[in-house]
Amino acid sequence: MRRVVGIDVGGTFTDLLLYETGPGGERVRLAKIPTTAANQAVGVLGAIAETGVAAADLDLIIHGTTATTNAVLERKVARVGLITTRGFRDTLELGRRTRPRPYGLFGTFEPLIPRELRVEIDERMSARGEVVVPLDETALAAAVGKLAGMGCESLVIHFLHSYANPAHELAAGAIARRLWPNEYVTLGHALLSEYREYERGTTASVNAAVQPILDRYVRRLQRELEDQGFKRDLLVMNGNGGTVSARVVARDAAKTIMSGPASGVMAAAATLAQSGIKNAITYDMGGTSTDVALVHGGVPQVSAELTIDYGLPIHVPMVDVRTVGAGGGSIASINAAGMLQVGPQSAGSEPGPICYGRGGTLPTITDANLVLGRLDPDRLLAVSQPVTVAQVRDAFGATLAKPLGLGIEQAAAAVIRLANTHMAGAIRMVSLSRGHDPRDFTLFAFGGAGPLHAVALARELGIPEVLVPARPGLTNALGCLVADLRQDFVNTLNTPLDTVAMTEVGAILAAQRERGIAINAEEQSEIVETTVLHGADMQFRGQTHLIRVAIPRADVSREELQALFEEAYFNRFQVRLPEIKAVLVNLVTSVIGRRRSFPIGALIEGGGRAASAAAAIIAERELFAGGRWHLARVFDRVKLPIGARIEGPAIVQQVDATTVIEPGSVATVDAIGNLRIDVFGASA
Amino acid sequence: MSALDPLTLAVIQAGLGQVCNEMDIAFSRSAFSPVIAEADDRSSGLYDRDTGALISQGELGLPVFVGTMQYSTRELIRLIGEGRAGPPEPGDIYIVNDPYLGGTHLMDVRFALPFYHRGELFCWLQNTGHWPDIGGMVPGGFSAKATEVEQEGLRLPPVKLFKRGVMDPEIYAIITSNIRIADQRIGDIKAQAAALKVGERRLTELVDRYGRDTVAEAIGEIRQRAARLMRAHIATIPDGVYRSEAFVDSDGVVNEPLKIALAVTKAGDTLTFDFTGSSPPCRGPMNSVAATTYSAVYLAVRHIFPDTPLNAGAFEPLKIVRPEGTFLDAHYPRPVSGCAAEVSQRIAEAVFLALAQAIPDKVTAAPAGSSGNFALGGIDPLKAAGYVMYQISGGGYGGNIEGDGISNGCSTIGISKTAPVEVMEQYYPVLFRRFALREGSGGAGWRRGGFGVHYEVELLRGEARASFVMDHGRFGPPGVLGGGDGAPNIVRIHRGNEVSIPEHLSKDQDIPLSRGDRVEVMTPGGGGYGDPFRRDAALVARDVIRGYYTAEEARSLFGVVLSADGTVDAAATAAARSRLKRSA
Repeated sequence: MRRVVGIDVGGTFTDLLLYETGPGGERVRLAKIPTTAANQAVGVLGAIAETGVAAADLDLIIHGTTATTNAVLERKVARVGLITTRGFRDTLELGRRTRPRPYGLFGTFEPLIPRELRVEIDERMSARGEVVVPLDETALAAAVGKLAGMGCESLVIHFLHSYANPAHELAAGAIARRLWPNEYVTLGHALLSEYREYERGTTASVNAAVQPILDRYVRRLQRELEDQGFKRDLLVMNGNGGTVSARVVARDAAKTIMSGPASGVMAAAATLAQSGIKNAITYDMGGTSTDVALVHGGVPQVSAELTIDYGLPIHVPMVDVRTVGAGGGSIASINAAGMLQVGPQSAGSEPGPICYGRGGTLPTITDANLVLGRLDPDRLLAVSQPVTVAQVRDAFGATLAKPLGLGIEQAAAAVIRLANTHMAGAIRMVSLSRGHDPRDFTLFAFGGAGPLHAVALARELGIPEVLVPARPGLTNALGCLVADLRQDFVNTLNTPLDTVAMTEVGAILAAQRERGIAINAEEQSEIVETTVLHGADMQFRGQTHLIRVAIPRADVSREELQALFEEAYFNRFQVRLPEIKAVLVNLVTSVIGRRRSFPIGALIEGGGRAASAAAAIIAERELFAGGRWHLARVFDRVKLPIGARIEGPAIVQQVDATTVIEPGSVATVDAIGNLRIDVFGASA
Repeated sequence: MSALDPLTLAVIQAGLGQVCNEMDIAFSRSAFSPVIAEADDRSSGLYDRDTGALISQGELGLPVFVGTMQYSTRELIRLIGEGRAGPPEPGDIYIVNDPYLGGTHLMDVRFALPFYHRGELFCWLQNTGHWPDIGGMVPGGFSAKATEVEQEGLRLPPVKLFKRGVMDPEIYAIITSNIRIADQRIGDIKAQAAALKVGERRLTELVDRYGRDTVAEAIGEIRQRAARLMRAHIATIPDGVYRSEAFVDSDGVVNEPLKIALAVTKAGDTLTFDFTGSSPPCRGPMNSVAATTYSAVYLAVRHIFPDTPLNAGAFEPLKIVRPEGTFLDAHYPRPVSGCAAEVSQRIAEAVFLALAQAIPDKVTAAPAGSSGNFALGGIDPLKAAGYVMYQISGGGYGGNIEGDGISNGCSTIGISKTAPVEVMEQYYPVLFRRFALREGSGGAGWRRGGFGVHYEVELLRGEARASFVMDHGRFGPPGVLGGGDGAPNIVRIHRGNEVSIPEHLSKDQDIPLSRGDRVEVMTPGGGGYGDPFRRDAALVARDVIRGYYTAEEARSLFGVVLSADGTVDAAATAAARSRLKRSA
């Protein structure tokens, strides 16, 4: 018997999926319990206990945590000291001349490392990596002692042009590590060896700021698991959608940021692969925000230019998830011009939508879903004071319908459609703005509210198919279960392609490959196959933006690379520029250790399925869609048999989500239990 | 529901905004000029078929273009009507940069595409991109000494660069024969045209889907509602006349300050802006054309009420008395290279200073308000190639009711980021000795101003010429409600063992530099907000620990006395604050 567990700790819930295989067949167990914010480990152990399987009997745990993301967003981070090049202590504070919003001159910014903890010393490299001022080792040692004395727990050493020549950072790091009281020393070039001192330095400072937090958390979790007899491997999710061993995760702690949304996209990619779908837009709608991402050719798109908060870019590769501030708690209102608007204000989870009964009085997207019969009024989340549908309707009447001169249903329907328009805008930004037509994609809907809106949203975008996975509310935990071991590397060359030494290109790519394989080797027993992806970031001479070109082999020829670049550029911008030289800026390599695959079909046990779709009907309910009320059948998701066909209007309910099938759309349960909705089915 | 139910209206409004955003993104991502690609010095919009009035403009566009392109579209339509520009046909793209035809400065080049829906002209798409060079007497176009527009570069009336989808090689040849580093312009021209094509495709989808009549009706309705929203905002301002003054250091030729005198009258639900009493047209390039002056007023008001949609309706309740006879309404052949980058920011500052008296909870003290343009041109002996390096700079923002101003904020009229030092040193033969926060520069106040930047750049190889067009060298950005002014801009030239300061402080051109010479720039801090003696003494102590101010400045500016260990000496502070206050 082999037991593998995926556990995702989200803002609200800790989700778990346990997969057992053995001579007796296979089995999946689920658990969902509230997240324990003060010490997430308590919730993790609680979720394991919930499965009824002892920790000692687990073979592998893959863990996704929001500990680092939340620490940065809430600025509850370690005290960090910085040692940097003379003249540049303020790089992290000055940024690149921006303001928080395009219009309005209000706003503030606090760097992660306050100014008194940033120390300059003599040293300087040129842009070509030549020593201009030698490293003052005595001053360095003094600075290390000073910062330790000021109570810093971790240290960043960030020198100008270290991507071109890291010698000073390496020498300084060796000295500092002898003097620093712990392991928390981050060198500027260690996470990314790429030019742009603010972005590189910020990435290093984020790493140092969350390193002690992640390290303490992971050690504690490991210890508590060991106390319960768990002796095997613990892997931790990274924002690039891969995993690393808990033993080394803290070294590059910044890479765990945004790992929650990344796991969702990895789960989508695994599900899509087993459903035979290559291109999809993932759509995760929660209580306060919506995350969208693109899976193209079966591969989640990765970006190294994400920003987690104003002034905090993290330039390490992460699954390219875009967030818009529209979620179930977004508030609908009428502005001074008499226009309906949804968001940006959100009721969050406290006080939450009116229907939660926690004191919310302003109509939200969730409330609109309730008014329209899209959510089940008998399953309200009300905790303290019960709220009736009539009360929610009254609120819509007074604040929206009356001023707009509409009926209550029409007003609620307008809220849903306007919210969908905002989300459609985000989806166009990840698809159209990169040269993809959303009509060529499947919409993969998950999260608590994704399946509620997905079919209507797909209509807005012209997307022909929606896929709702078997467990929409456990998608992130599934992402942990299916994630591969993944290491990414970047080296800057910034040389015109016609003068670059192609032997050097080959040597750099080979070295990146070796480093990745060495790190993954920590978990060799988990890997069934290793894939190495090489790429180049290129541009035409004079440009500043880059385009990523996939390189088939480390010993690629100059002519081949030129052709690959021209083709990629044309596909993106529909422009050919034979007059201008190509420049090779970065060489990148991803080393992916593929783990044993997980059969998606096991997520809903076959035994509970009914004989026919009709036998899965549990109720009928009034549903407002397309401008009028319909009597819609309500199905129990786990009872729907494989191959079942449902014509809209219909509602499919399960513990973790509700799917609305609009009139005119047709849903089918596919061979591995996904709900596949033909959006324009009836009209075709 | 009728064709124009509230929902359709909201959906079309969002859809029009997305068309503009996609044009902006496509333009930046494929552009060559770092001014466009990194600094986003560009903008895209949709304009009325008959009047040129703004239908929608992207949030991601440079604010100073918020109002100007509707004037250039209007002028284009007029010239077509008069037979002075060719009539539009599908696939055409006009190019124009004439400042006097609804423009800014010559470097801002506009492309205009007539948008046809099923063969019928429906509206105009237009974008503006700041080209890194347009010819003229100095590389980059920011001449501080020009006295007529011909010295500033190539001036193009509206001509069709693309005719029925095909670029005209003759017009292209005229352009590239008149500008520096022309070999890269083909990439920018293709990018600028392709961005309009992206917009054309998306707008076609939108109009196909909702119908031409419905979209046209929605555009009218959205405009009316934007006007209504702006009127509602204006109604919250107490009635009255609010006066302010702002000063441009000099015009670059005659070393005298230029005055902007502004009276803002709030009556009912309109605001009237009257610049009577401002300086007459100047000899140097600090003149503004009317379109830029109007746009500066619009963008300042939008900074105050940022939720107002970007369309012509929002401007309706803003009445601007045409500033005839002043340097804010320049005519041919007055030079104008400083208008978009600097004069526009002094106009916005005058608007802020006037309205800070009326609605101090919605307006900050003056921001640094300079683009900090610094151009270095020469030949790099190592690469045996010419170069033009630009450095733009931010400065401190004004203190405000919510908090201290941010440091190194972007220019008021821009959203452009500065290039990283590492990128500059890769591309150009320079070494930055420092790029630091300028200590002490934030104006003192209950909420202090943000800090400017202090940088110093050394020429490593060959000979070069340096030019600047900055501002606020003579007077710092004003504080409000008793707050102190931000520190003024300082430029120092280190040549051999000599240090010099330009005669016009913030403006100069063609300063010869040799290997080892250095240019040092200190940009302005933001103005302070409210009485500095009311600032929390603990925050002053924190600012001293951070090195933002010295202990002496804490005492003299804020009346806070610190003990030897850096903590607040409460008794001495109370005494100092009451004593200094009495003597003031």
